[in-house]
Amino acid sequence: MIELRDIHKTFGSNHVLRGVNLSIPKGSSMVIIGGSGTGKSVTLKCILGLVTPDQGQILVGGQNVEDVSRDAFLARFGMLFQGAALFDSIPVWQNVAFRLMRGALKRPKAEAREIAIEKLRRVGLKPEVADKFPAELSGGMQKRVGLARAIAADPEIIFFDEPTTGLDPIMSGVINDLIREIVTEMGATALTITHDMTSVRAIADNVAMLHDGVVKWTGAVNDMDTSGDPYVDQFIHGRAEGPIAAVR
Amino acid sequence: MTRFLASIGRAVLSALASVGSVALFALETVSHLFRPPFYGREFWHALIQIGWLSLPVVGLTAFFTGGALALQIFAGGSRYGAEAVVPSIVAIGMVRELGPVLGGLMVAARVASSIAAEIGTMKVTEQIDALVTLSTNPMKYLTLPRVLAATIAVPVLVAVGDSVGIMGGYLVGVNRLDFNSATYLKNTVDFLETWDITSGLFKGAAFGFIVATMGCYHGMQSGRGAQGVGAATKSAVVSASVLIFAANYILTELFFAA
Ligand SMILES: Nc1ncnc2c1ncn2[C@@H]1O[C@H](COP(=O)(O)OP(=O)(O)OP(=O)(O)O)[C@@H](O)[C@H]1O
Ligand SMILES: [Mg+2]
Repeated sequence: MIELRDIHKTFGSNHVLRGVNLSIPKGSSMVIIGGSGTGKSVTLKCILGLVTPDQGQILVGGQNVEDVSRDAFLARFGMLFQGAALFDSIPVWQNVAFRLMRGALKRPKAEAREIAIEKLRRVGLKPEVADKFPAELSGGMQKRVGLARAIAADPEIIFFDEPTTGLDPIMSGVINDLIREIVTEMGATALTITHDMTSVRAIADNVAMLHDGVVKWTGAVNDMDTSGDPYVDQFIHGRAEGPIAAVR
Repeated sequence: MTRFLASIGRAVLSALASVGSVALFALETVSHLFRPPFYGREFWHALIQIGWLSLPVVGLTAFFTGGALALQIFAGGSRYGAEAVVPSIVAIGMVRELGPVLGGLMVAARVASSIAAEIGTMKVTEQIDALVTLSTNPMKYLTLPRVLAATIAVPVLVAVGDSVGIMGGYLVGVNRLDFNSATYLKNTVDFLETWDITSGLFKGAAFGFIVATMGCYHGMQSGRGAQGVGAATKSAVVSASVLIFAANYILTELFFAA
């Protein structure tokens, strides 16, 4: 269970988050939708402690994140960054196995490599990719390596920032299935940001719509089409006309 | 007038603030020396990057400087009929001042820039954030190995530079200035004291620390985008160079003031 209470964040004069409230039940899949630049990525970073909110509380498993040890807290998380954020000085497999090669989860190199190759396979990448460097891969391949790294240590809570952006429709399908599988089979809690409405329907149990720094609407994915919320309607149908301005 | 004073005040305050934050950064780096985990592989990698790969540029710089120094001292010394001081002055000048300062500056140009660019790029592409989410402290994983490697490697580079510089002086002395080879070497050795050499190595360690710390600090502080990384690289080289000169003066006062 992750709970955000009245989260505010300002960058200079840019008041990005203006009181975000959101709760994500344990073992469920939440998808955040919303226009570009509305603060979706910032919201994820607030939960991870990469960005410190100006105001508000974040609770994970009932505990305030400020009160728990950072290491123990992050050990339960996996995160896919919007730009993949692969370490370009080490080969792909070491990126994936990063957590398995140091710290509390350290294991023999050969075993770590094997797990890395298995995770790469799950995101649709061949074993040959393992020894390449991130710069040698296409954008979509880098994204999938980032995904493999996020799930490498089988985390309890996984954040995906636009997992299917830049992927072809078939690969998007593979990734959507994978995320769904991680939630249903491994019981993980997933929080995904996406603009891809097909993904939303494939991945989500619940959906939250972020706009103007607040959650405008949240509910089950099945209620999304009948929400009656003009923001949600405009967004899911991709209309230029509506309450959400096209120029931001 | 008040506007002018206020702008001076602001500049002074922001300068003090950055001095404070650099000092805190350096202290935090050193504190990680005593707190595991340690990343040995990163350390070795940094040692090779900073130490081994800097050898050619430090060696060449020292070689030409030693040669030029011999010519100058010969020219200056001949005005007093004191050409014989060439070997000892070249040696003392090299090991006390020029070896460490030039070595430090070359390493600043080569290493502070590359560290700042690398860490700055990692910052803007969210690789630093990714490290944190993978339960790895960037100060331990990125900063400490580089700072430690530079603090150890630069004195070694200085020692090599000293020797090569003295050799450059020797070659010029023997081939161009008609010194007797054996006399030149004897004069070099006889007038050189251990403290001349070790003080220079201490300076080298201090400069190595400065170079890597400034590279890491500015990289970590890098603004967003390519422009941010460019600015970070420039600040790293400039601040490392200026701090090397300042530290050199202070250390010289400490070591040699009568
Ligand atoms: N570190 C930062 N410093 C300054 N401003 C920032 C920072 N991070 C984000 N912002 C600003 O916060 C706002 C929201 O950014 P965010 O990345 O969360 O958008 P987003 O909703 O994820 O958009 P997209 O769908 O395009 O990824 C943007 O206006 C951005 O400029
Ligand atoms: Mg985003």
